[in-house]
Amino acid sequence: MSLLLVPTREEEAADMIRAAAEAKRSLAISGGNTRSGFGQQVEAQGVLRSAGLSGIVAYDPAEMVLTARAGTPVSEIEEALAENGQMLAFEPMDHRAVMGTVGEPTIGGIFATNTSGPRRFVAGAARDSLLGVRYINGRGEVLRAGGRVMKNVTGLDLVKLLAGSFGTLGFLTEVTFRVLPRPQDQRTIILSGLDDGEAARAMAIAMSLSVEVSGAAHLPESVRGRFLNGNLSDGPATVLRLEGLAASVAVRAQKLVATLQSLAPISQLEAEESRVLWQEIRDVKPYADGTMKPLWRVSVAPTSGFQLVAALRLQAGIDCFYDWQGGLLWMRMESEPEGELVRHVMHQTGGGHATLVRASDDMRATENAFEPLPAAVLALQARVKQQLDPAGIFNPGKMARS
Amino acid sequence: MSDVISFLPPREKVLARRSTIIADLADLLPADCLVHEPRELVPFETDAFVAYRRLPLAVVLPHNTAQVAAVLKYCHRYGVPVVPRGAGTSLCGGAIPQEDAVVIGLSKMSRILEVDFANRTATVQAGVTNLSISDTVGPEGYFYAPDPSSQLACTIGGNIAMNSGGAHCLKYGVTTNNLLGVKMVLMDGTVIDLGGKHLDSAGYDLLGLVCGSEGQLGIVTEATVRLIAKPEGARPVLFGFTSSEEAGACVADVIGAGIIPVAIEFMDKPAIEICEAFAKAGYPLDVEALLIVEVEGSEAEMEAMLSSIVEIARRHGVKTVRESQSATEAALIWKGRKSAFGATGRIADYICMDGTVPLSKLSYVLKRTSEIVEGFGLRVANVFHAGDGNMHPLILFNANDPVEAAKAEAAGNEILKLCVDAGGCLTGEHGVGIEKRDLMLHQYTRAELDQQIRVREAFDSQWLLNPSKVFPLDGRPQTAGAV
Repeated sequence: MSLLLVPTREEEAADMIRAAAEAKRSLAISGGNTRSGFGQQVEAQGVLRSAGLSGIVAYDPAEMVLTARAGTPVSEIEEALAENGQMLAFEPMDHRAVMGTVGEPTIGGIFATNTSGPRRFVAGAARDSLLGVRYINGRGEVLRAGGRVMKNVTGLDLVKLLAGSFGTLGFLTEVTFRVLPRPQDQRTIILSGLDDGEAARAMAIAMSLSVEVSGAAHLPESVRGRFLNGNLSDGPATVLRLEGLAASVAVRAQKLVATLQSLAPISQLEAEESRVLWQEIRDVKPYADGTMKPLWRVSVAPTSGFQLVAALRLQAGIDCFYDWQGGLLWMRMESEPEGELVRHVMHQTGGGHATLVRASDDMRATENAFEPLPAAVLALQARVKQQLDPAGIFNPGKMARS
Repeated sequence: MSDVISFLPPREKVLARRSTIIADLADLLPADCLVHEPRELVPFETDAFVAYRRLPLAVVLPHNTAQVAAVLKYCHRYGVPVVPRGAGTSLCGGAIPQEDAVVIGLSKMSRILEVDFANRTATVQAGVTNLSISDTVGPEGYFYAPDPSSQLACTIGGNIAMNSGGAHCLKYGVTTNNLLGVKMVLMDGTVIDLGGKHLDSAGYDLLGLVCGSEGQLGIVTEATVRLIAKPEGARPVLFGFTSSEEAGACVADVIGAGIIPVAIEFMDKPAIEICEAFAKAGYPLDVEALLIVEVEGSEAEMEAMLSSIVEIARRHGVKTVRESQSATEAALIWKGRKSAFGATGRIADYICMDGTVPLSKLSYVLKRTSEIVEGFGLRVANVFHAGDGNMHPLILFNANDPVEAAKAEAAGNEILKLCVDAGGCLTGEHGVGIEKRDLMLHQYTRAELDQQIRVREAFDSQWLLNPSKVFPLDGRPQTAGAV
């Protein structure tokens, strides 16, 4: 078993990293370790966890900004926000059910993996809410990037670079992010019986209206029964979420229904059920199935999603559903990951990127979890990594299979 | 104005080869793409930060990405600095050239390549103006959200370089939040694509790093941006207050109440007078501070939101509340605000600051700003984006008086330090350029700046891209021509 490091102070973490860099001792970086199945397997000589750096540092609801140490449990953040009627706009997914992991997800882990949920396609990803960080680079220097204000173009935006770098560029010790008022009301409009292509068209129409749809997903017949304890109406369900002041939601729902009612039978979910449904979509409930069947997360242009699926179905056994107006595919493979095939078909239908979120250890060893990059971008990325982590000690191999 | 901001000394070897370089560029490009006669170079010698100017060695105006790549590859090979240029509207000197540099202007690359309504994207060349995107997609009910005041002239390439904001970013975010992909040329001429019509990146978020990098990492030649369905309606409302403090407290309470209007703009009395004299927008002249609050949505939504805002404003003793009654009136209200810089320029020379502060510090920073400027015996007008704390004090002075000019610059520097000390930053949307370059160590430690510099070097190890900007000249690595 490798050395486990759980610093409780930033300077302590810096010392540990400096010592590791000097000894060229690699470190697997993690927060609550609930998402570590994501990406390539890391072979490291030590484990550095942020869990000991915990607690909310500053939170003034009137400023809509919160600062917390990286190892703060997400549940603690969400509680504090809920008390003040606020939320994380990007609606981060909880990976535990789908990955079969236990433990407490951390706020640092959310940003290190740029984890977002259904509202991402209109409200931005985790990286869009992240205003500033404190982090330790591979030389063991404690540094800041960004700040605590919403508009800041002072110098290079290393905040974006660190968000979604999966602990390969630096060890986050503190994050400052924007929060938003929780909508007073919400409801979901359900169109029943559309096939994948018709659903994509219906969602595009919904997004063209000035009704501010904040969730647009298509749940084909095969997954429908897994939502709301099987209480979603029969047939494939195309679901559209509206959020805001109660009066606005009612007015916008009317407008949406009036435009879409010629396409399919329509029903509605009131606030409480709507909230549950979107949380289940966020956490990929249909594939929280207790298996390690390969699960892909594929991001493409919204109108390409169903074409990719149709083309892929001719060659592989898949089950899938769509979020982000059809541009985010959650795809469970029947047996093998078939990464090459998935990516080949994706590029033929317009491009994007496919990430293997879950697979058995054997499969992860032979599959590229992240989208392989063109040589020029890969070289650039390697140079950037070299500049932040010259000794190459942070999460070696996490983002690219060697 | 006093020339206190220095540029890198020109590379003698490059200056000595001037005629060869021009001849070589002439071989690489069609004749209409090269400008090198000194008289014709004058329009490129500065940008909207007019106090500083330098004639470049030459200007190239490519038609396509391949030509940009050819020029960069050439400059890389021979160690010639390059300065990218969009419309030259930078307020921080981001596009000011230097004597040994080739300016690469994107003005000929101004085509909208594709509009895809089903996916809500537009793919455009970098020289397309900001406003022309919204103008193109407007008839179909869409718009492109970031709206800097210079949007009629400024280009999307420049917006990406500076991560531009605008009045409406409180709700819709700034450029980086609305940018899906770019095609860019690296310094060695390699062309790469980052992002696309899909969301999020494969690998590191290089797109996020490139946005706002002020031409230090490469030259963006095409961009894919997010389009948004236009709201059913939008209505700006004027709120006049008897003090700046009350206006500031009203902003904090509106946000604290969970109401996010699409824009909250603040003007103090000097700014109101200047803008009203110019735009005749009907701004009240008997108040000390004015908020322009814009709400949007259906009639019912706007009514609901406005009544909450009015109630909060009344608690802060609002003196005037005026809703725009027509589209013309609404446009006039915005015209007044958006012409603030131009209108100020008619009555005096000015420099415009751009620091951002936490919302809780707005009143304090406003008060200190006035004290600082008065301390130098000058006047200040404040117009800014109150909802996100992005301040724009305009310091008025007479540019023909070198003493006054130096005072204005000194006052500006003190205000920026004040913003940083209040927990904010030097620049919210204008960029660092040369203007704020030498203040960077007030915001960042040497180690923090060095980390940024090292990341920059991953893209341009020879420091050829816009080399006099962003990073203080002192303390740079040898390769950067440290002084």
